[in-house]
Amino acid sequence: MTGFAALLRKDLRVEMRTLRSLPAMALFAVSAFVIFRFGLDREQLEGELAAGVLVPTLLFAALLAINRLFLAEREEGGFDLVRLAPVDRTVLFAAKASALVIYLVVLELVAVPIFALFFLDSAAGLLPFALVLLLADIGLAATGTLISTIATMSSARDLLAPLILLPLLIPLVIAAAGAGEHLLASGGPDYGRFGTWLALLGLYDLIFLLVGYATFDFLLDD
Amino acid sequence: MMERTVAEPSARRSRALEPAIELSGLRRDFGDRNALDGIDLHVDRGQSVAVLGRNGSGKSTLLRILAGLLRPSGGDVSVLGCSLPRETPRLRGRVGYLGHQPILYRDLSPRENLELAAALHDLEAPAARIEALLDAVGMRARAADRVAELSAGMKQRIDICRAVLHDPELLLLDEPDAHLDPEAREELAPLIAAGDGRTRLVVSHDRAAAADGADFVLELG
Repeated sequence: MTGFAALLRKDLRVEMRTLRSLPAMALFAVSAFVIFRFGLDREQLEGELAAGVLVPTLLFAALLAINRLFLAEREEGGFDLVRLAPVDRTVLFAAKASALVIYLVVLELVAVPIFALFFLDSAAGLLPFALVLLLADIGLAATGTLISTIATMSSARDLLAPLILLPLLIPLVIAAAGAGEHLLASGGPDYGRFGTWLALLGLYDLIFLLVGYATFDFLLDD
Repeated sequence: MMERTVAEPSARRSRALEPAIELSGLRRDFGDRNALDGIDLHVDRGQSVAVLGRNGSGKSTLLRILAGLLRPSGGDVSVLGCSLPRETPRLRGRVGYLGHQPILYRDLSPRENLELAAALHDLEAPAARIEALLDAVGMRARAADRVAELSAGMKQRIDICRAVLHDPELLLLDEPDAHLDPEAREELAPLIAAGDGRTRLVVSHDRAAAADGADFVLELG
């Protein structure tokens, strides 16, 4: 088994055993939908309002996992374990980002159908929107893993992660919500600028995966 | 993504001649505080060194620098022929490090922790080696329990297994006897003993125990 596969399997095994992140993320998302439903006093959402509720809710739910991402590495010696092994240290970045993508997909498998049940009169736009979410998940995971690494080295990590991360996620939110606005429009999905938003998300993913790959080794130094 | 150094025979011969550790004027600062100041040390391959000193004298800092986990602030550091910190990647996988805190994931079992370490060290067919080590430290019966459920002494046994799992050339042991009862110390002694060309640096507060079997003593502070 490669170092990457072993580290990813470790993270998934620990999450399945302890359920520290996923239930909290799902509960947060569902609670937020309930609050929006009563707060907006609307039984149906479409277009920009639907995307504006769904995308930020998923993003804030993701913060719960991002804050905990490197906790075990810091407190249980996982950073030293990787630093002592003859393995490229970016495998840890790749494994953590992959684990985060998996958490986000699982979260969306729970939260998006509930969102549709609460707010959408047609689920026709959800299938293409799944592709948007997947690209957003990759970008969120790359950025989140990078910032979580920096925050973990600080004593103010709970504050630092959202403080640095949220501004960096603005382009991603604009692209995902922009695509969602057209896909979740009343009267069915509109694919007018679908390709542009996907390209923007893809570019965002590429940039932050490359930044993570290039800087992670440096970030792990003492 | 794996990187591994395989020495040519001629390189191995020259390695045998070069010292295991060579320090000249090693310094390490933490902000304004000076933890190590001008340490000189020469350790030949296969030698065993006892490191003694009072609390805060820099013993653990020295071991972390030698393991490539901490950058020196000044001086020259050469470990197993690698000049640190520049050649730290070449050192990885050749050192067995046992720190103050166990390097074990609390929510994994001892066996799972060792399997993870074996995968990171790219060990081939590690199962037999892992089971043999678990047997050697008397932990086979608890190998499937979560580390969080084990006593401090049991965690220390498993952490020693992790440190020697990849048969390192250099052992850096920070108080290996901590939390261990006398029987466990005897059981574990063969695993962390010097021999087969292996070099050891052992940090201890027990002067008599540390000096026993050591080629020389390094006193810090």
